[in-house]
Amino acid sequence: MIKLNVNGKQLNVEATPDTPLLWVLRDDLQMTGTKYGCGMAMCGACTVWVNGAPTRACQTPVSAVVGQKVTTVEDIAQTPAGKAVQAAWRKLDVVQCGFCQSGQIMAAAALLARNKRPTDAEIDAAMAGNICRCATYVRIRAAIKDAASTLP
Amino acid sequence: MSTEQRALPSSDPSRRDFFKIGLVASAGLTLAALVPSALAATGDPTKSAPVFEPNAFVRISEDNTVTVMCKHTEMGQGTYTGLPTIVAEELDADWSQIRAEGAPANAKLYNNLFWGKAQGTGGSSAIANSFAQLRQAGATARAMLIAAAAKQWNVAADSISVAKGVVLHKASGKKATFGSLAKLAATMPVPTDVKFKDPKQYVYVGKKVPRTDSVAKTSGSAIFTQDLKLPGMLTALVAHPPRFGAKVKTFDPTKAKAVRGVVAVVAIPTGVAVVAKDFWSAKKGRDALTVEWDESQATKTSSAELITQYRALAQTPGAVAKKVGDAASTLAKCTKRVDAEFEFPFLAHASMEPLNCVVQISKDGCEVWNGEQNQTGDQFAISAALGIRPDQVKLNQLFVGGSFGRRANPKSDYLLEAVSIAKAINQGATAGVPVKMLWTREDDMAGGYYRPLYVHRISAGVDAQGKPLAWQQRIVGQSIAAGTPFEPMMVQNGVDVTSVEGAANLPYAIPNLQVELHSPRVGIPIQWWRSVGSTHTAFSTETIMDDLAKLAGKDPVAFRTELLAKFPRHLSVMKLAADKAGWGKPLAPGKPGERRGRGIAVHESFNTFVAQVAEVTVASDGSFTVDRVVCAVDCGIIINPDVVVAQMEGGIGYGLSAALSGSITLTDGVVDQSNFHDYPVLRLPEMPKVEVHTVASTENPTGVGEPATPVIAPAVGNALFAATGKRLRKLPFQTSELKA
Ligand code: FES
Ligand code: FES
Repeated sequence: MIKLNVNGKQLNVEATPDTPLLWVLRDDLQMTGTKYGCGMAMCGACTVWVNGAPTRACQTPVSAVVGQKVTTVEDIAQTPAGKAVQAAWRKLDVVQCGFCQSGQIMAAAALLARNKRPTDAEIDAAMAGNICRCATYVRIRAAIKDAASTLP
Repeated sequence: MSTEQRALPSSDPSRRDFFKIGLVASAGLTLAALVPSALAATGDPTKSAPVFEPNAFVRISEDNTVTVMCKHTEMGQGTYTGLPTIVAEELDADWSQIRAEGAPANAKLYNNLFWGKAQGTGGSSAIANSFAQLRQAGATARAMLIAAAAKQWNVAADSISVAKGVVLHKASGKKATFGSLAKLAATMPVPTDVKFKDPKQYVYVGKKVPRTDSVAKTSGSAIFTQDLKLPGMLTALVAHPPRFGAKVKTFDPTKAKAVRGVVAVVAIPTGVAVVAKDFWSAKKGRDALTVEWDESQATKTSSAELITQYRALAQTPGAVAKKVGDAASTLAKCTKRVDAEFEFPFLAHASMEPLNCVVQISKDGCEVWNGEQNQTGDQFAISAALGIRPDQVKLNQLFVGGSFGRRANPKSDYLLEAVSIAKAINQGATAGVPVKMLWTREDDMAGGYYRPLYVHRISAGVDAQGKPLAWQQRIVGQSIAAGTPFEPMMVQNGVDVTSVEGAANLPYAIPNLQVELHSPRVGIPIQWWRSVGSTHTAFSTETIMDDLAKLAGKDPVAFRTELLAKFPRHLSVMKLAADKAGWGKPLAPGKPGERRGRGIAVHESFNTFVAQVAEVTVASDGSFTVDRVVCAVDCGIIINPDVVVAQMEGGIGYGLSAALSGSITLTDGVVDQSNFHDYPVLRLPEMPKVEVHTVASTENPTGVGEPATPVIAPAVGNALFAATGKRLRKLPFQTSELKA
């Protein structure tokens, strides 16, 4: 039995300790907003926050987050940056297929949570690990700036 | 596109079936919440069942929701916004009451009007084939709502107006919602002669309307196939052979079965499936599995060998795809000529959601949950595999995490693989259990069905005045249609039209033109990839046009303009892109040591016309950035300008990704790439600024999902030439050749 703190809730899961957090979220907890895209920390589709830091859940064994605070896309609207990012994403209609977008939103919200006025170079650096095969990058950039402008 | 002539009996999963599953599921954890939303649908589920269904596309509930049944897959290209927009316009609905829902497989109701009797999405045809059909659907529903109001209020129908979801009798001030009239409207006769709106009155078409899927896709709640969970469902991974065409010789399941959570290990035609309670158990089970492969029928070719063979073939005459005048003998008379060879690699679609499919076999038939793109073809293929009738194959539409053509597989490859797993475990304790087959990224990358490898050879020449006289082009590469149900339709006189599209219909006024094709049979599985033939023909033809302009001593835009007199739509997008890009004005210089350049390309695919001007900066080591792309598009009547812009942006990014780094290679039949580290794709820092300009038009609307993709590689290649004087004819671009 592994005890987890996900989105502020204490949860118990039956999983072997080496199971990646991604598959515990998806298969054990039915939280499927966090996606599998590559399994090797190359695409960012599985991005969650661990204690507020963007983290690739596919390369994080569940045992490593015991006692840590995990936040997923399902709860990101509860943070000011997450709320602003989600609103900007909707206002600018960033999504296409949508499959990468949970990870994009988690990465963008993590950026804005620590840096409310990122430069273009800082946006590039923060988002370079998140692939979008639909290439919604033009709007991701614009939406991050839009979200930033709404944060006090 | 389909050649299936048999009528397809209907397979109509009713909404009730979904609620039934929801009830069963509620015995489990949070499943009840997941399952009813399993259908790809946007907005809130309706609180009440529809009471007014005037046709297959419009459903109105008493809670005032208008559900638009979308017969085309939403895989990012905006169908669940564009198709409902057409209905909302003629219905005069309020956008906030519209929700989109994926239509079930039912070719009688939902066939693609461009594909005969088959249902499916492809060829950028969703809006184009639906425009008239959905205007009719919306206008019919509107007329019946008016008839109902006229009856209820005892006034003349022509004294009633409708706007933003409100039915109004102005003289009396009486008003009603669609929901309140729905029941009565359902009893009204279906009119046969509805009138469509004057386009001047449009309130949605041509304006930005928000996407219907934005909320679900930004909250993590949209359900993709990867996310589906059904009661009792198992997860399967398949060990595939390292070489295409190999078969299982023997396998030892002992270690795999010892992994906790593994339920079954079964041989299937395409490999060995490890079936487990969840992904991680299946993955560990597959890692522990040992399989010996029979490679007697396997393909052991290397891509480098193919290129050598194709280059030799390109020196010999092929099947004639186009012949005007006498290109060969005229070439000899040209004062200046270019002779060039082009190389294009295999390309993976590499959609963000690796392939997957959920299948459940029962005594009644087979039920599939999937990001479905080729409904009718898949129903036939699955029914044949199981020995059941096509109408016993029920397909449920889910959101699709990208496809770019991959999920419209003419051989139904991944669906049949999932079906074979469900069939293999359909006994004992696992009989009738739903199984979710997941491909890992590695499976997806090495799984074949690539954009074929091609070699082109072009010889073209101009006269002393710089007028082009002759163009001879040979294309070598596998036929996508050969050996599929599409062959009789797409292969004509030995020419697969999808191999030569974009070249055989070259728009430029060149009096002697010959295009030939070789379609060698090679055992590498191949398939269409976003914009199909144009993925290669746009690059070779627009590069040669740039060469000819240079030979003629003319500006590339001026040179093309002289040759496009009979093609006003090509001309207008080219002029628009050039104007907006500041063509002819000097580019701002780069930093010391940097070379900058601008290039243009124009191309039509799927009856949509796109021109792009790319600006590049090349460093002394040959590395380069694409700084800005100005794109002009003519897609007829524009349904949603913001979706058009998004598809141009995305199409440019997808094409640029391939041009910069996309390449699948094989060594002795084994695919060399496995994941995004060795098949790099475009990332945010590499994305250029993109400006999109649209041409106002009254022509019928055409698609925008594909046509931006093929234009970017030649625009960038021509810009690199302008910057460096070096001509790159091989994709992806080799930056080493651009060293100062
Ligand atoms: S799935 Fe974790 S980074 Fe790709
Ligand atoms: S929206 Fe499709 S991969 Fe990003």
